[in-house]
Amino acid sequence: MAAGFTERRPATLPGPSATVRAVYAALPLFTARLASAAVVVAGVTFLVFLLLHLVPGDPVEVMLGEYATAGDRAALRQALGLDRPLATQWFAFVEGLARGDLGTSLASGRPVAALVAERLRMTTVLALAGLGVAIAIGLPLGVLAALARGRAWDGVTSALAVLGMSIPNFVLGPLLMLVFAVLLGWFPIGGADGARALVLPALTLGTSLAAIIARMSRAAMIDVLGEPYVLAARARGLDERRVVLVHALRNAALPIVTTLGLQLGALLGGAVITETVFGWPGLGLLVVDSIHRRDYPVVQACVLVIALAYVLVNTLTDLLCAWLDPRIGGAR
Amino acid sequence: MRRGTRAAMVVVALWGLAALAAPGLEAEANRIALERILAPPSWHVPMGRDDLGRPLLARVLVGARLSLGVTLVVVALAAAVGTLIGVLAGWYGGLVDLFVVRVIDVFLAFPGILLAIALAGILGPGIDNLVIALSVVGWVGFARLARAQTLSLRTRDHVQVAQALGTPLPRLLRLHVLPLLSGPLIVEATFALAAVIVAEAGLSFLGLGVQPPTPSWGALIRDGTRYLLIAPHLVLMPGLALLSLVVAINLLGDRLRDHLGGRP
Repeated sequence: MAAGFTERRPATLPGPSATVRAVYAALPLFTARLASAAVVVAGVTFLVFLLLHLVPGDPVEVMLGEYATAGDRAALRQALGLDRPLATQWFAFVEGLARGDLGTSLASGRPVAALVAERLRMTTVLALAGLGVAIAIGLPLGVLAALARGRAWDGVTSALAVLGMSIPNFVLGPLLMLVFAVLLGWFPIGGADGARALVLPALTLGTSLAAIIARMSRAAMIDVLGEPYVLAARARGLDERRVVLVHALRNAALPIVTTLGLQLGALLGGAVITETVFGWPGLGLLVVDSIHRRDYPVVQACVLVIALAYVLVNTLTDLLCAWLDPRIGGAR
Repeated sequence: MRRGTRAAMVVVALWGLAALAAPGLEAEANRIALERILAPPSWHVPMGRDDLGRPLLARVLVGARLSLGVTLVVVALAAAVGTLIGVLAGWYGGLVDLFVVRVIDVFLAFPGILLAIALAGILGPGIDNLVIALSVVGWVGFARLARAQTLSLRTRDHVQVAQALGTPLPRLLRLHVLPLLSGPLIVEATFALAAVIVAEAGLSFLGLGVQPPTPSWGALIRDGTRYLLIAPHLVLMPGLALLSLVVAINLLGDRLRDHLGGRP
């Protein structure tokens, strides 16, 4: 990808220390990665800007309903800038973004940025909890399956993984609610009141990612366990647990981290549905409510914020991987 | 053939048959029986009845037609458009390729279901808009795959020979490039089927898909959640229907991938 890599000086030359070399090696990747992230961000803002123009017919009429006066319509059209040329509107949109101005909510009259900021915190909490659940369930399952390769436990895990990947959030959520909130009464049925309210949404959100992590970590561990250094570690008589957890898992971590970064988008998308199932007041619930209220500036802002968060995390994941494993730089 | 694979094929075939048979069940699916509302599953009414006393089995079967119909159209559209764009980008390279890759990157920056929700929500309800929203999200996977494969196929000997012989481009792509792409594309399409079924149901669950009284699986589940406390079969039955089909398709996708190669 980055042309700079092919000209990297051979490692045998006497010269900078290993750390300095690693920084040199990572730099072109760093700049290339940031440049492509910038292009993507520009494209994302353009696509989100266009969303408002996809409203069939006159967006102002759709948003205000048929009983609005002509004056109301003209005022909203002007407030949204719809009376100006497309290029000017796009420019104004980006300019507003740069100032942190996401427009005004049509339903509540409040600045969209404030609304979104409130909800972003809740979605972040839910997403991190879902990620935690996914790692806590998926990683041990995957590692154990790799160690039991071809035996019954491996088969059970892979069946569970297909099931976990296939079950939609809006089926799993109500099921968990039925069992753990209605029948057993362990957790509240919805809302965001206290840490216990987080458990079922986090489980719902994390399950499919747990299944993906289990598959990925199984495959990565099987690869790594066949490597000579694992054999060498065993030959030195090291404790098997140490061989697996230290020598193998650390080297298997890279593909797992990459998968996590890529799957974060699915996690954020899943949050929209999970939040709706449990009434968790995050960005996802705000998107769905705003669509039903035809409050399109809020819809635009939520979609934009989630997409930007995803781009940010993906860029960081790439850079983290390059830093963890300098070989990646050369491979690109 | 492994036992799981055969079972998965049977499940998919049964749902396909159900979808074909559904038109004969529409009257039954909308037959209201107010004296038997929310009746639990029994021998005569295997899935129980809904909040208007309508038999849930008939509604789930009619819903299968809608889910499968929408899904097939979306995957066919997405595969055709995505493959065309991807093959052309991979073939021409240069600026065309650079532009296509950037556009793909931009689309990949959105969680798929979120973009579909926003599009379906803004375009408004209806099957047409549902298909548009899901296809706009779906083409990207095919385009990315087709581009990457074409990029490497372009330098193969048989392609270069065909080019040197002056084969017209459409013919060259159709006879010498597409056949070698088909394996990974079939695998991608199989997983896309499962993903689109879930996405379509998700949109209907949020009230953004097909509108009542047409029963779709997502809408059945959404309506059912209101009665979760007193009649859980309203969520369980359509949920299990959806799950059985998606699990079966994903299993088939795994097997196909083992045989044909494709995404890791």
